[in-house]
Amino acid sequence: MRHHLILRVITKLLIGTIMLFALYVQFHGDYSPGGGFQAGVIMAVAFIIYGIVFSLDDVQRVLPPWVVHKMAAAGVLIYAGTGVYSLFAGYAFLDYAALSPHHPVHGQHYGILLVELGVGVTVTGVMVTIYYAFTSRTPILDDEAW
Amino acid sequence: MQAFDWDFIVGHMNYWLFIVLMMTGFYIVVAKGNLVKKIVGLNIFQTAVFMLYISIGKVTGGTAPIFPLDMEVDPAVTYSNPLPHVLILTAIVVGVATTSLGLALIVRIREEYGTIEEDELLKIEKEIALQDIRQHSEVIGERG
Amino acid sequence: MATEMVPHTALTLVDQLPAFQILASFLAAPLIVVLGSRRLAWPIAFIASAMSLIVALMLLSQVMDGTVISYRMGGWAPPLGIEYRVDAANAFVLVLVSAISTLILPYARTSFGKEIPLRHHTAFYAAYLLCFSGLLGVTITGDAFNVFVFLEVSSLSTYVLIAMGAERDKRALTAAYDYLIMGTIGATFFVIGIGFLYMATGTLNMADIADRIVEQGGNRTIRAGFAFIVVGIGLKVAMYPLHRWLPNAYTYAPSAVTAFVAATSTKVAVYVLLRFIFSVFQPNFLFEFNTLEYIILPFALIAMFAASFVAIFQSDFKMMLAFSSIAQIGYILLGIAFLTETGVTAAVVHLFNHGITKAALFMAVGAYVFSANGSYYDTIQGLGRRMPLTSAAVVLAGFSLIGVPGTAGFVSKWVLVQAALEKGWWPVALLIVASSLLAVIYVWRVIEVLYLRATPQGCQVREAPASMLVPMWIAVLACIYFGLNTDLTIGAAETAARGLMSGSAGMR
Repeated sequence: MRHHLILRVITKLLIGTIMLFALYVQFHGDYSPGGGFQAGVIMAVAFIIYGIVFSLDDVQRVLPPWVVHKMAAAGVLIYAGTGVYSLFAGYAFLDYAALSPHHPVHGQHYGILLVELGVGVTVTGVMVTIYYAFTSRTPILDDEAW
Repeated sequence: MQAFDWDFIVGHMNYWLFIVLMMTGFYIVVAKGNLVKKIVGLNIFQTAVFMLYISIGKVTGGTAPIFPLDMEVDPAVTYSNPLPHVLILTAIVVGVATTSLGLALIVRIREEYGTIEEDELLKIEKEIALQDIRQHSEVIGERG
Repeated sequence: MATEMVPHTALTLVDQLPAFQILASFLAAPLIVVLGSRRLAWPIAFIASAMSLIVALMLLSQVMDGTVISYRMGGWAPPLGIEYRVDAANAFVLVLVSAISTLILPYARTSFGKEIPLRHHTAFYAAYLLCFSGLLGVTITGDAFNVFVFLEVSSLSTYVLIAMGAERDKRALTAAYDYLIMGTIGATFFVIGIGFLYMATGTLNMADIADRIVEQGGNRTIRAGFAFIVVGIGLKVAMYPLHRWLPNAYTYAPSAVTAFVAATSTKVAVYVLLRFIFSVFQPNFLFEFNTLEYIILPFALIAMFAASFVAIFQSDFKMMLAFSSIAQIGYILLGIAFLTETGVTAAVVHLFNHGITKAALFMAVGAYVFSANGSYYDTIQGLGRRMPLTSAAVVLAGFSLIGVPGTAGFVSKWVLVQAALEKGWWPVALLIVASSLLAVIYVWRVIEVLYLRATPQGCQVREAPASMLVPMWIAVLACIYFGLNTDLTIGAAETAARGLMSGSAGMR
């Protein structure tokens, strides 16, 4: 447990910053380079680095696998839900103007924020799922066999 | 045409890069027996396509296609074409999905077969097939 | 386009049909995962699939007279925005895909109960729906890059579905891996082709690409794009020399997956090929003419014979059907290679008829796997009396596979022979008949195994449950119905062929 003291301390310091940066990339994405894909990966990195430096059990206590699976699917629902809303409001699928009929440019802003939120949630979920899937695999074969 | 057209070669730099990367990746997929190496080859192969797309989006003298803060686009400024980049964002996501699915399959193959070398896998599968024939071939045998 | 200037007119639900076509199944897939309930998964999947079928039928009824529906995704006008474009050709394929899916889901419920462990069921239905919506998306979209995205959505979920067969036979894993490598190479080739087209034309909308190719004629970039697209889609179609992934993938996948994938996935890929050859590129370009006549035609003929020949010597019913699929794809490609309206009609009709025939046959195989726990000839020998309904279905669908008059298979082969004679290629017409004789041999082998062999002593095999028999028989009856009443299939196929053959006029 005493291994890698510096690594542990720095990681703890970094995780908050990484998450904050992810949120910045996420929500500033309609003005500057960024958006859901990048933010989702950065957010996932925060969890993955915690898992690598501490342990899989620790990170799974913060973010249990079932939550991650639901996240991956929920993001798609947010994305498609935005589209379905505009569809039932009498606009084309994913026409963001539906979100603010009197001021379509505002609608574009709301729309892109919602959709990118969906993308971000899904990408975070998928990235962490992939990490969990590969690390939580109990080795049936011992390390020597590889 | 000149025997050695330097401008032609340099001017098509991105295509040379594309061809070299693409063929490297393709060769690895075809020639390497290790399943993980095949996936790596596939990744290089796909990266070549990303390079092709991104390089054709470049406009000479163009800058990054981002709206200025006041949202007023100056028609005098040349912008690079952002569309290929967006397309490639999608293709990269597809590539990540393919890679992780391929690796997941390799993990399962390793668990079931105990190897990820193609020649050994083929040997095992041939044995299974021979066993199948021995077990089920009396149909043909009877008639023969 | 969403600007302040344009006053907005509300779209009615009928206008939104092209979006609903994809959305029903595309929304249901994450919903199943979020709910995570094993009991709700199947009903949700079935409702989504049935809704898609209804929407597809409504779309087909709208475009049967040759009109074209264009739907703007996100309100952005084509060619800048992504356009969903429905004409007779793809409405026909949409109906095929969603009908087969709706038919197979009730069957899958029983079949999977036995073939897949319970804990995978929710994930399975989610993957199934993703595959389904991917196939619908490939068919409906009018945007070249969108085709690639949906193609990968459906392919990735197909790999997962095939790998689920590992519970019964571990070779499903290597089959899925092979398919993954081949499929990804195919998709990447396809996307390179799209890249070349984009370089040459500066647009991704298929109709727009077509117009610009007409303007500038064929140049080297466009020709390179054409080559990459044909090879890339050829891999997905399982065009003869690129077919090696198919037999193992079909054989070791769970039965319901095989039935679904065999009936829809290659057919959708054929549709993409049709779309690109006839609507995006102009058939009168010399390079395309040469490709079809000197490359696709010979390979289609080789496929018809080589694959049929291999099918004869199989000792596994399912493997036999997989090889027969490659041969049947040969017929479809032959129809395309004629480059005449009759030829394309034959291709589209055969695409539909072979889809339902193979669905019926693979469902029958699944019934044998369910009841007799295997599909090897020595496992199913003499089961004609033990499982009379399933075996009768095999006989009738087998007749359709051969092309016996009165079945769907006969209609499409008849049109195909007509197309060959129209062109004056009577040797090709003879070869079509000759390869049908090979089909007689491999189908007869199954019938002999089922009816003329003695049932092994102490055989406890019972008839498959009704939930499997009913979908199977609906498919079989469809084979016979479309063999007797050709108005719907030939009519729709002729409209589709006309639309496709008129080149970009069909798109714009």
